[in-house]
Amino acid sequence: MRSAVPDLPVAPARTRALVLFLILAAILVGIVSIAVGPAHIPVASLYGALAGRGDPIVRDILLQLRLPRAALALLIGAMLGAGGAALQGYLRNPLAEPGVLGVSGMASLGAVFAIYWRLAEAHAWLLPVCAILGAVAALVPLLLLAARSESPLTLILSGVALATLSGAGISLALNLAPNPFAAMEITTWLLGSLEDRSARDVWIALPCIAIGLGLILWDGRSLDALTLGEDGAKALGADLRRVRLRLLAGIAIGVGGAVAVSGAIGFVGLIIPHLVRPLTDRSPSAVLVPAALAGAVLLGLADLAVRLIPTPAPLKLGVLTAFLGVPVFIHHLLRERRLW
Amino acid sequence: MVTVAIERLAVDLGGRRILDGIDLALAPGALIGLIGPNGAGKSTLARALLGLLPAADGRVTIDGTALSGLSPKRVSQRIAYLPQGQDIYWPISVERLVGLGRLPHLGPLSRLGPDDRAAIAAALDETGTAHLAARVATELSGGERARVMLARALATGAPALIADEPLASLDPGHQIDVMDLLARRARAGALVIVVLHDLAIAARFCDRLVLLDHGRVLADGAPGDALTDEALGRVYGISAWRGEADGVPLLVPLARSGRTAWQS
Repeated sequence: MRSAVPDLPVAPARTRALVLFLILAAILVGIVSIAVGPAHIPVASLYGALAGRGDPIVRDILLQLRLPRAALALLIGAMLGAGGAALQGYLRNPLAEPGVLGVSGMASLGAVFAIYWRLAEAHAWLLPVCAILGAVAALVPLLLLAARSESPLTLILSGVALATLSGAGISLALNLAPNPFAAMEITTWLLGSLEDRSARDVWIALPCIAIGLGLILWDGRSLDALTLGEDGAKALGADLRRVRLRLLAGIAIGVGGAVAVSGAIGFVGLIIPHLVRPLTDRSPSAVLVPAALAGAVLLGLADLAVRLIPTPAPLKLGVLTAFLGVPVFIHHLLRERRLW
Repeated sequence: MVTVAIERLAVDLGGRRILDGIDLALAPGALIGLIGPNGAGKSTLARALLGLLPAADGRVTIDGTALSGLSPKRVSQRIAYLPQGQDIYWPISVERLVGLGRLPHLGPLSRLGPDDRAAIAAALDETGTAHLAARVATELSGGERARVMLARALATGAPALIADEPLASLDPGHQIDVMDLLARRARAGALVIVVLHDLAIAARFCDRLVLLDHGRVLADGAPGDALTDEALGRVYGISAWRGEADGVPLLVPLARSGRTAWQS
């Protein structure tokens, strides 16, 4: 047999460069996002505001409105991107995204429940709490059904059932809405937006997303092992039961926290992994961190575009991501044919 | 050195008993072939040895410790497994694929170290696939893929290896290469168990053959003792010609003897 061993590359240098680039891009998008708004405020004032100096109105606009909005766009984008990448790796299915498991649907249902029963008006914390509870409630049937078999298809089918259930529940709320305004409020929320979010929303989303990202990133190695199928992964020492528990919990808590403050934002979780995968070595673990960063950049940019594109009524973020996503995705599929 | 002991092992799949009353002591130093007709339970036994399937009865012990008391990670460090088939779900490079064999030695967020890289390079070299290192694994030919998958199993550096039909889709030259490699490893002190269909190859390369039929061990011993005319007729329903060429014992299946398998 041959004995010429080529020098194996010491580190995935390309992935490292990609991560560095995406970090810089995310910082840039964050800064631009803080600078853009109806009131013209120079970026330089931010330092003053952060230090507690400067015009109190400027300070309020920056710290109470723009900073939370920019932070939320980055955080939620990161969660959706990483969630999609982890699910595609775990399910070995390029169509997977957090919505596939019904988690975002159930979170939306929780929020709609809160709007419908006017809980949201009673206390500002109740809507996001209901959304997170909805997402976590989705875990129970998912884990029970998935425990019966280790096939990823069982999980996907359970998710489809949950997504259908949440869709039916939302339709029921719209159907029974006491007046058009209530229905309008539900629909508007479902479109997904980051308008008028405050520091309180950041404090809701941040811990959820931090937990979610932590749980997801922990299992990168096991996701790699799944490249060889379930038996292959188990024979490599992956404890698939625990991997599934951590992954599903991470997605539910993180995406639950994201949906709780922004409403459902589709397509980011699906397209981001596809966009970054060709720039990595294509193993599931290598896609996770770039997908989180690229998700942050994309959602940050989309939220900027929503503010800059002049429309008669304020454009909703979820609407834009869906419109942006489809052509980008189709272009990508045509170029990347058959490489997953 | 790893020793595997199987005591009264029974395994059920989908409510059917696939393996029953298996008693085997598998020791390193000799290449062990696992043979038997389709559906005899060869792959099931291989998977049960690794704890991938639960035992309905009896038990498997690795170096005296019951399999049920070992974590998947511990087992994966002791026994490498080359499953049947060649599922690769993502278009990763061959080098990356072979690197998956190092996972049993890595923590959740760690990176490949120099030891891991050396093991990967050695495995690529040993299977003659070093020139494929930069290729995309899903775009290889069936035979190239089979060798790369073997390299993946070898990269683990485990003292034991279970290979389930490693010769499928290999040309004759590479079949001999792979069997030589397995026999060499076994005789150097590794525990190597290989599931085979080709009786001629099994008879020629293995030091010990375990013949399974209907989930039971029918024969266990040196190739000449396990592959008797009586056993071939009873298990496979065939007769065979035996001979020798250049000192290599040959066994060529000739014809269905008496009944055909699907009439039995």
